[in-house]
Amino acid sequence: MRVPILKQGKYLIASIQSALSDYELLQLRDDLAAQVGKYRTRGVIVDVTVLDVMDSFAVRTLRAIAQIARMRGAETIIVGIQPEVAFAMVQLGLTLGQVETALDLEEGLALLDDRTRQDGNRDAER
Amino acid sequence: MTPKDEIHVPINSDSDIVTARQQGRTMALEAGFGDTDLTVISTAISEVARNIVEHALSGEIILRIEHNGSKAGLVITARDDGPGIPDIALAMQDGYSTGKGLGLGLPGTKRLMDEFDIVSDPEIGTTVIMKKWRN
Repeated sequence: MRVPILKQGKYLIASIQSALSDYELLQLRDDLAAQVGKYRTRGVIVDVTVLDVMDSFAVRTLRAIAQIARMRGAETIIVGIQPEVAFAMVQLGLTLGQVETALDLEEGLALLDDRTRQDGNRDAER
Repeated sequence: MTPKDEIHVPINSDSDIVTARQQGRTMALEAGFGDTDLTVISTAISEVARNIVEHALSGEIILRIEHNGSKAGLVITARDDGPGIPDIALAMQDGYSTGKGLGLGLPGTKRLMDEFDIVSDPEIGTTVIMKKWRN
């Protein structure tokens, strides 16, 4: 199933609804890469609350999503990593690297607001 | 042993990885494993199933509940008839990868499980047998 991507203001929210195959994860990566440009998005949230497993492939794809979005001028926040999933990731040796995370969607939106407000101030000073 | 005590999941494509880890989770849940163990078990199954898809194209995951006295455990066997792993010691080193992974697959998976054995032969393929005991 394709992950629905909602446009909310200047942000895109990808809300994962079920377990994803590798192919579906790559499809999400490609869809987000295209939509960041199409909607001139400043921030992306990927909500992984429903994922009961984040294995090495999922983590690598999420890192790729964030790196691609950054190259296109958007910040990415991963929200909703479950405690058991975080535990398994740490044991497996997986990290999200430079990718920012937040507890849930609300915290993620607040974090993006902070980031883009800073950008707005910088723009105003020019 | 009732048929329910052992499940064979054929692994031929990436969607079978999801099926295998969900079957494993269901079996572990029925055996009384806790939430953290369920996630750890699913993650380990995902890694060994992906090894099959990436290196051997096809194989199977066998899930079985084992009893040792009062202890119950989940035994996961991942078997393929692929080209085998030429140097197992190298493949078990963190950071080593020939596929598309992060090089954490096998050593990381070993850390998730209580027992982990791997045998590989270029003529026969690779078999990983790993166990998680219920706390």
